[in-house]
Amino acid sequence: MNSSILITKEKLNLQVCYDFVQDPSCGGIALFVGTVRNATKAKEVTLLDFSTYKPMAAKEMQKIADMALLDFDILKIAIHHAEGALQIGDIPVIIAVSSPHRKAAFAACQFAIDTLKETVPIWKKEHFVDGEVWVNATP
Amino acid sequence: MQIEILLFGILRDVVGENKLSRQVMSGITLETLRHDLLNTFPALAHYKNYSIAVNEAYAENGYTIQENDVVALIPPVSGG
Repeated sequence: MNSSILITKEKLNLQVCYDFVQDPSCGGIALFVGTVRNATKAKEVTLLDFSTYKPMAAKEMQKIADMALLDFDILKIAIHHAEGALQIGDIPVIIAVSSPHRKAAFAACQFAIDTLKETVPIWKKEHFVDGEVWVNATP
Repeated sequence: MQIEILLFGILRDVVGENKLSRQVMSGITLETLRHDLLNTFPALAHYKNYSIAVNEAYAENGYTIQENDVVALIPPVSGG
């Protein structure tokens, strides 16, 4: 298997993603780590709650990995996403890509995170001191 | 026929349920289902831009629902 897909309530592990993609034939590994930011439009965020349509989300993440492996000169890809309540600084998503050459690793990593944000059925609710709101819910 | 409709994100809050059981005519398309749901839940008018998944994959509005399909309403996603 050249892809690792995970949706978990546990803390995401950067080392696990790195170790999965690492390979002697590769000259570079690109990592994208999403982190929970402390504010949206200058409003203080207290936590983010991620909910998923888990079986479909896993399938869509696998599709992204398969497309990346097909379209870019990469060897391995890991896409891991957290679910549940995350605090400021926590990690909701990690993408790791290994490739013989750096250019493909960067490109595939960007493709994977951009596509994930468009297609994978995961939703975040931002919690503020004075309320909560589903992100992107209205046009 | 009877179908089940899964709800997620803001649509859960709008409808007030995680899941709906619904009697529909056989041969119904997703487009017609959208209209029917809007009649039952007028508040959906504010969230018309949702997608629909059938059996855990995105489906087009022209798709004809089959017996035992798992239908899910997918509001704009915001993962990552």
